[in-house]
Amino acid sequence: MKIKQVSIFLENKPGHLNHASKVIADAGINLVTLSLSDTEQFGILRIIVKDWQQAEKILLDAGFVVKVTDVIAAEVDDTPGGLHKILNVIENSEINIEYMYAYTVKRDNKAVLMFRFDDADQALTILEKGGISIISPDILFAD
Amino acid sequence: MSSDFEDKIWDKNEIISRDERQQLQLNRLRESLKQAKKVPFYKERLKSIEPEDIKDLADLRKLPITTKADLRSQYPLNMLAVDRSEVSRIHGSSGTTGKPTFVAYTENDVKIWSNLCARFLTAGGLRSHHLAHIAFGLGLFTGGFGLHFGINTVGAGIIPVSAGNTKRQVMLLNDLAAEALICTPSYALNIAEVARELGMDSAKLPLKYGFFGGEMWTDDMCRKIEDELGIFASNNYGLSEVIGPGVSGDCKYRSGMHIQEDHFIVECLDPDTLEPVAEGEKGELVFTSLTKEAMPIIRYRTRDISSLDYSPCQCGRTTTRMTRVLGRSDDMLIIRGVNVFPSQIEEALLKVEGTSAHYLIIVDRPDNLDKVTLRVEMLPEIFSDKMNDMQKFRDKIRQEVQTITQIGVNVEIVSPQTLERSVGKAVRVIDNRK
Repeated sequence: MKIKQVSIFLENKPGHLNHASKVIADAGINLVTLSLSDTEQFGILRIIVKDWQQAEKILLDAGFVVKVTDVIAAEVDDTPGGLHKILNVIENSEINIEYMYAYTVKRDNKAVLMFRFDDADQALTILEKGGISIISPDILFAD
Repeated sequence: MSSDFEDKIWDKNEIISRDERQQLQLNRLRESLKQAKKVPFYKERLKSIEPEDIKDLADLRKLPITTKADLRSQYPLNMLAVDRSEVSRIHGSSGTTGKPTFVAYTENDVKIWSNLCARFLTAGGLRSHHLAHIAFGLGLFTGGFGLHFGINTVGAGIIPVSAGNTKRQVMLLNDLAAEALICTPSYALNIAEVARELGMDSAKLPLKYGFFGGEMWTDDMCRKIEDELGIFASNNYGLSEVIGPGVSGDCKYRSGMHIQEDHFIVECLDPDTLEPVAEGEKGELVFTSLTKEAMPIIRYRTRDISSLDYSPCQCGRTTTRMTRVLGRSDDMLIIRGVNVFPSQIEEALLKVEGTSAHYLIIVDRPDNLDKVTLRVEMLPEIFSDKMNDMQKFRDKIRQEVQTITQIGVNVEIVSPQTLERSVGKAVRVIDNRK
């Protein structure tokens, strides 16, 4: 199962990130996880939330440039070599990781990693075939 | 630094009486018209006017204006009034379309030009026993070679360093002990700063005289340069379309740049009505060449704003003086000596998918070097969550701007609808250098 990720363009000016987080907070949206990538001139904030349609709408209404893309949440053992196991599967295939970041909450001695692939469907098939456990939105956003 | 050097006049034409000069101008204007009519463009433009129709200098106003766009339309060398084989030199200025506007010189043109540069170099203190360090780019730009030949005419020694590598410039200034420095005023300040960074006292460099031009500067900046380099700094003015540097220049009293009126007629016009403004009033300078063979030019609109003073100067020169350039009557920017128009930025942005027509050019001069930041609104559909895509987008803008304008800019991408919209004429430029 794929997860919807909401990405937000941040200008390089004071308070822009703060403004985005305020819009999200004011709408009562809980961030499951996020990643921030920036350069001297601009940044990209990527968030995972349960109600991504609502998040997209309120951010667009607030004037932000927003893009929704599919990412894959993969579960690994929270032990040495956990990440390596996934990367091995990916390396032996034709797919490339655009970027990845970690889910911040541990579940039952497992770690969750968010992967962005160019072709999420193809990546999903390959990861599942390689025996990697994929987290569905139901589980990710449970409780 | 003092201006207590002995004054010297290079050419007797600088001190002839106004009446005598005006008679010379009239005769030469008729000749220049004859020469201009050898150019198909001018033959058409001037078909209703014959040189004999020019009875006095006021008749100049019957002649049509020539603009930069006219010159561009004659790319590359259609403004030539002589056979190609007669051309001794070609220079060029940056154009608005990425192509330069070429100017050509016959051997005689080069000789006259060199003499004009020798006039202001002499007036500003250069003597034959000096060494002069040229930090202007030596290339198509008229500044470098114009001054090179002017120095040669004065009989001084030339150190043709050309532009760039400021540390090396400082080393050469110190080690070769040149008396004169030739560059843009902002680069002079940059040299002083780098000298200090290298632990030197910039005012103790052997330099005595500076000849600066190629960009707009102020009296404050002039004093700063003099303090920091311990020199006498003079201003010189020119533009390639008219001849290059040497159209006018300061004398030691620096009360306006002396215009070399035996070779050019100057007018100062209201940029909107093209009517002459009164003496001392600000207006746009318009020049007509009187002696150029390869590319005569009739009433060229410089877009430079200045004012004129017809009174004789205490130096003894009788030529009309112009104030330093006070501004532009169009939106042209001069960035590190390169002419840049906002329309060029627009043209570059049109080539990049995902940009809108909304942009802002911010020009600063940190560390005495011009820095341009281009703020561009992106279209929402170009936004990508992948950093790589965004960087490619930004780099594409930078490259297109560089290709068209030849200047490097720092690109800042901003969200749609964030740049201020103005009701009237859009504000495209914030120039913090002034």
